[in-house]
Amino acid sequence: MGYPYSHDSEVPMLTKHFGDPEARTLAGWKARGGYAALEKALAMSPADVIEEVKTSGLRGRGGAGFPAGIKWSFMPKEREKPHYLCCNADEAEPGTFKDRELIRWTPHQLIEGCLIAAHAIQAEHVYVYCRGEFFEATQVFARAVEEAYEAGIIGADVMGSGHTIDLTVHVGAGAYICGEETGLMNSLEGRRGEPRIKPPFPAAAGVFGMPTTVNNVETLCAVPHILANGGEWYRQWGTEKSPGTKIFCVSGHVRRPGNYELPLGFPLSELIHDVCGGIRDDNALKAVIPGGSSVPFLSEAECRDCMLDYEGVIEAGSMLGCASVIVMDEKTDIVHQVRRMAEFYAHESCGQCTPCREGSDWVVKILRRIEDGRGTEEDLDTLMEITRQMTGTTICVLSDSVAAPVQSSIEKFRDEYLALIRRGERVGAA
Amino acid sequence: MSDNTTTETVTLTVDGQDVTVAKGTTILQAIDQVGTEIPHYCYHPGLSSPAMCRLCLVEVEGAPKLLPSCVTQATEGQVVHTESENAAGMRRGVLEFYLVNHPLDCPVCDQSGECKLQDYVFAEGRERGRSREPKRIFGRDDFGGDVLFYGDRCVMCTRCVRFMEEIEQKPLLTIVDRGTRSIIDTFFDRGLEEAEWGGNVVDICPVGALVSKDFLHKARAWDLKHTPSVCGSCSQGCNIDLHTRDNLVHRIKPRFNADVNGHWMCDYGRGNYEWMNRSDRVEEPTFVDDGRAVQLGWDVALEALEQRLAGVTGGVKAVVSASWSNEDLGAMAKFVESLGGGEIVFRSARAEDESPLRGFPSLARRRDLVPNIKGAELLGMTRVGGDEGRGGLEGVADHDGLIVVLGDDLADQDEFFGSKASLFVYLGAHTSVGASAAHFTLPVSTFAEQKGTFTNHEGIVQEFLPALEAPGSARPASHVISSLVGAPA
Repeated sequence: MGYPYSHDSEVPMLTKHFGDPEARTLAGWKARGGYAALEKALAMSPADVIEEVKTSGLRGRGGAGFPAGIKWSFMPKEREKPHYLCCNADEAEPGTFKDRELIRWTPHQLIEGCLIAAHAIQAEHVYVYCRGEFFEATQVFARAVEEAYEAGIIGADVMGSGHTIDLTVHVGAGAYICGEETGLMNSLEGRRGEPRIKPPFPAAAGVFGMPTTVNNVETLCAVPHILANGGEWYRQWGTEKSPGTKIFCVSGHVRRPGNYELPLGFPLSELIHDVCGGIRDDNALKAVIPGGSSVPFLSEAECRDCMLDYEGVIEAGSMLGCASVIVMDEKTDIVHQVRRMAEFYAHESCGQCTPCREGSDWVVKILRRIEDGRGTEEDLDTLMEITRQMTGTTICVLSDSVAAPVQSSIEKFRDEYLALIRRGERVGAA
Repeated sequence: MSDNTTTETVTLTVDGQDVTVAKGTTILQAIDQVGTEIPHYCYHPGLSSPAMCRLCLVEVEGAPKLLPSCVTQATEGQVVHTESENAAGMRRGVLEFYLVNHPLDCPVCDQSGECKLQDYVFAEGRERGRSREPKRIFGRDDFGGDVLFYGDRCVMCTRCVRFMEEIEQKPLLTIVDRGTRSIIDTFFDRGLEEAEWGGNVVDICPVGALVSKDFLHKARAWDLKHTPSVCGSCSQGCNIDLHTRDNLVHRIKPRFNADVNGHWMCDYGRGNYEWMNRSDRVEEPTFVDDGRAVQLGWDVALEALEQRLAGVTGGVKAVVSASWSNEDLGAMAKFVESLGGGEIVFRSARAEDESPLRGFPSLARRRDLVPNIKGAELLGMTRVGGDEGRGGLEGVADHDGLIVVLGDDLADQDEFFGSKASLFVYLGAHTSVGASAAHFTLPVSTFAEQKGTFTNHEGIVQEFLPALEAPGSARPASHVISSLVGAPA
């Protein structure tokens, strides 16, 4: 069930064993039906496994929402070179805390998903790239990996199938940009964590120049369930284009923040007002960032009819991203929040591309000045233009992530900026 | 005629102009072929392309975003716009980003006048920057060797880092920190003093971030005259430009030659130019007549020499320097032959070993530290003496016939060298004790002061042009010697 809070609307699939320490052990996981899906998958051909995942319509949970089965099918059919699977466990998007919980409560669920995916793409090695700050989660996971090795689930002869699949847990050093898949690959290779230009795409030349697939933790955790019950079964939840369940990380001014596993297409207002118990102190809602801090703000009005699936959130004016719902009530100082987000991205920019390196820092400086009451109305035009020049002009999308909150907040909460500029007035209580 | 080439080439349109290029060519190279330059920093033809400066973004019809032209291959039928609202507007934006933290210290920057940031911003940047914020300050750093780093001017193109990694293959430079705090640096106490090709990072730096200590504040770029020449410091024959002002060489820069040196040259050759500026030159033709030194110009001196040559006996021995041109050495060979033949020797310094440039294997600082050893050998001249370029003249010093010396300033010889000769003719740029017994001391120009050719170690004959005016009455040695050939022997 959800942890620490749960709700009747939830469909606990990935999160079913959250809060249950026994599920962390191999024996406990097996007692809960674990590794049956892996056994089933190993008996299938890689192509059939991919087909099953394609049928499920499972979309990447890391943010982009690209269909997982189709991504796997980009890998070469014949293994002429080593194939690698990377599990992206470098969860660092502000507002996101689902992968950490998946790893620390259900490490074997992730191992099982990794092994099924590795079998599907004929990978001989899985690298699980854990965020550097995930101390407890990484320890729990490493223990589970050891157990699985000892039990012959990982290694030379995976569950007696004759396949060799090794798994390495790699701990990052805490850079946000290493969560970008090509930055992750560079970091894994011991280089600076700088995103690579595509093409070549990872399926052609990824880690160590070999065909590679990078999948998010939550994506891989969904795979065993799909294999065990079938792709069609998975489609009973969610919408036609966004099937299945999704873990929503709700933070901010709600009464019961936390992870909630809900079917995709769930109404945003119901999530806030029902599942999460409403806004703190019965305040009015001001804004929601629905997909982690790199997506545009939704105003209160835009939230009303927003459905939480990949298409629904775009329709409402933002993106689902990794479904990290940051709720802000009427006392929120939007300029302050935007400045903090921009500072985060400026600090985490790798510095390769000029628009990001110079632009993000410039944006921060302007925002700080506005917040200090020394801004001008021209600054808002400048912010809009430089963030436009930071969108779509760089190797990765970190630069776009600075632009999205700045642009959407100026468009939707211009009054708050103007109040600071004209009268030095700040919205909300201290 | 174009039918059978279609498989090898693609035709695309750049700003409305059709251009046909070889398959595999990048859009940037195709644009170059049209004759326009698309601004770029991180791209350098001799290095890998990280596509990170984001200046060379172009609009390609059908592509959802602007594409970095340096890494995007040209394809058949592609329609590329470099001047569209989208592409040019974005370029203007990127240029503005570069100026947010740039100190704009052009008046005191050595790069001013040959700076790509200056050029691009003047050409298409915004008239006024909009940044009102305080600038980030990095300050300066000594990178070792001849290289000084001005962090605030840096555009983070990483050409220098990639040169050290990919070409010299001694990764002495790196990027430290990230984002707007990222900066180029050396590792702890190590620096470019360990490099042998480090000066190239100054050449490829598109702005004034990496500058030469030797050239620091010596001249403004626009005051320098560039003369194509060939490096005289070893037998590789790197193509260079001599940069001169006020008849002095101020610096040497490599000149591109795909077959010989690419874009590069070594630090040894680059720094070896002060001798060209020496003022203690032999300036006037001088001969000894009845124990008196006579300086009455070339006509008188050459007439006197012709007369003396007519009476000379005992055979001829010649000493030359392999730093002189094929033309000079050829004239000498002809001259000696016209006198009935004789031995022509040269001495040259030789290093212990070669110093190859790993990322450009055809280039090395060669063992022979003179430019024309191959030319001298092809003319039948013999190398004598040791590896330090001394000794080996025992048979010449006491020769009682004719001694002719060209270019070798006999620095290791004493005043008795040639004192037994019936005639001792010295043609040189500088004189020394060893030449004090010369009957004729004739001033000749160095290769920096004349037109000529050197033959490099592979046998490639390469031309150089005069960059300096020769001092006094100095003339090319070939002119002087040729006028003697055919004189009554």
